[in-house]
Amino acid sequence: MILQSIKMALKSIKTNKLRSFLTMLGIIIGVFALVVLVSLVSGATSSITDSISGIGNDLISVNLFDWGEGTYRMSLKEVSALPEELEHVALVAPAAQGTVEAKTRMKGAGIQIYGTTAAYAEIQGYKMKYGRFLMNPDCENHTNVVVLNHETAIQFFGRDNCVGEYLKLDGRDYKVIGVIDSGKEQQSMMSMLLGGGMYTVYVPYTSLIRLVSNVKLSVDQFYASAVDGDTKAAQSELNDYLTEIYGDEDMFYIFSQSEISDAMDKVTSTLSLLLGGIAGISLLVGGIGIMNIMLVSVTERTKEIGIRKAIGAQPSAIRLQFLIEAMTLSIVGCIIGIIFSWIVIEIINIIGNVSFGLSIPVIIVSVLFSSGVGVLFGLYPAHKASKMKPIDALRFS
Amino acid sequence: MIVFNEVSKIYHMGDEVVKALDKASIHIRQGEFVSIIGPSGSGKSTLMNIVGCLDTADEGEYFLDGLSIKKYSEKSLAMIRNKKIGFIFQNFNLIMTMTAEENVELPLIYQGISMNERKARVKEALEMVDLYSRRKHTPNQMSGGQQQRVAIARAMASKPSLFLADEPTGNLDQATGKQIMDIFRSLHEQGNTIVLITHDENVAKQADRSIKIMDGKVYDESLKEEKAPEESEAATPSEKPEEKKPEEETRQSRKEGAEA
Repeated sequence: MILQSIKMALKSIKTNKLRSFLTMLGIIIGVFALVVLVSLVSGATSSITDSISGIGNDLISVNLFDWGEGTYRMSLKEVSALPEELEHVALVAPAAQGTVEAKTRMKGAGIQIYGTTAAYAEIQGYKMKYGRFLMNPDCENHTNVVVLNHETAIQFFGRDNCVGEYLKLDGRDYKVIGVIDSGKEQQSMMSMLLGGGMYTVYVPYTSLIRLVSNVKLSVDQFYASAVDGDTKAAQSELNDYLTEIYGDEDMFYIFSQSEISDAMDKVTSTLSLLLGGIAGISLLVGGIGIMNIMLVSVTERTKEIGIRKAIGAQPSAIRLQFLIEAMTLSIVGCIIGIIFSWIVIEIINIIGNVSFGLSIPVIIVSVLFSSGVGVLFGLYPAHKASKMKPIDALRFS
Repeated sequence: MIVFNEVSKIYHMGDEVVKALDKASIHIRQGEFVSIIGPSGSGKSTLMNIVGCLDTADEGEYFLDGLSIKKYSEKSLAMIRNKKIGFIFQNFNLIMTMTAEENVELPLIYQGISMNERKARVKEALEMVDLYSRRKHTPNQMSGGQQQRVAIARAMASKPSLFLADEPTGNLDQATGKQIMDIFRSLHEQGNTIVLITHDENVAKQADRSIKIMDGKVYDESLKEEKAPEESEAATPSEKPEEKKPEEETRQSRKEGAEA
């Protein structure tokens, strides 16, 4: 019976090709808008969140402000001891930065320099390509050792395996002990966010104090990582601890990467919802178009309905027929809309040299939504048809 | 098989009350070929609608195959029309967007018959009216006579217990009309019950017997023969209303005018 109704529906759509197409146009445009907009937004979102989470989601950054004379300053020792005092904090690495003049036989240029401790590499998730990162004895003895990022190694030594070579930093020789693997984008992304350049080197915190004048034993900034990735707990623990020490929340600023991605998620999901809502409205308008045409069709086919009823069609069979017709209109419209949006997204990909994909959940939502629209707006005309009295309908001409 | 027990049908036209059918009593047996004859506006169509379960009576009772029709819902009436009654209309009432084959198949679809069985029955019915070769044609590619034959095939396909024909030759020329009547006669010879509604004496004559209808009153002679000895009253009510006849007639014609 359902199969027969579908056949009949397709037939009646075929006999009124132009009208059916115009009716479907509402749904086509609605689905097209929904799929394209949401696919573009979610495509853009995922590329942004990818690069954010690439930095490391469980990284916590803490800034301690210096409000001049009389403010309490945490020392390097105190900061380094934080993991022992706070149960949710796994690692802490103080970081100070500056710029120095680096020089080798090949090249001389200003570079970004970080003074930190051994934990830094682990917190940032750095992998070593050659050699090792800084270790605790380096910091304790303020030895003149340096770890390079990949770009620096290539530019200053012409090769990445330059462990054991010497790099002159403001005229002093620093022994290269390791080169960081920059296979991932994270470093460049990180340094971009922190306003650094392409050339970055890492020395023991204590060594940096000697190199750069404004770096002292009191710490301005440190990074921390949480036990078991529980960033929120670690963050609140740090907050409580620092509030206790400083007695004032304005003395420090704690910030984690997950905060950015959370905020980003909120923005983009609101955006998708907004655009989806607008597209949804156009689908609804398309549905009203279907209802309008179905009502016309029911009136036009009054005689046919009468004949069908006279030869024994149950009211439910008539209702089903018109309902399926309305649903067929909306689902066929939906499919055309999806095909159309797929084509447009492919064109955008080719022209814009990007790779947006059709969002599968959105396709499912739009199929469900438009069949829902078909049912919703087909119900009344179908009901009207099924309630016609056979004699009245037969008399109609 | 068809029993009308003082069936009335009343229409309200504004303040006026029109009795389209006034205490009509009919008795048609299984296998009979009966014509119902009366001028236009006599209540023929109303009678046909009630016999065909397209409409229900306001008063009195109608038994089809021993079942009282009054109680049924629209759903059950549809089922009865589907299984027990084969309609043949004056204006054929084929669905114009469907081929002959599809038109004949339609009642079988509503009966929920399987595809193979449907195909066989459609073939059988169309062969009976000699139109199997034109099964792929739509009604507007066929002559009136052919369309009516398709309509008869459609009625036959569902193997009804009653063929109900409303002026089946009304829109056809005499030669084709005769052809159609021949089909009815052969259907009758196969043992089918046929009720033919017409205003044409010549058509009515071809049936085994005629039931006359006039101003909503039915004169079923067979019923009189049967019941006259038992109920002498039966004759009295049929005479009385004849005094009112002129008034009734104007109402009837007004009603017909409104319908048209």
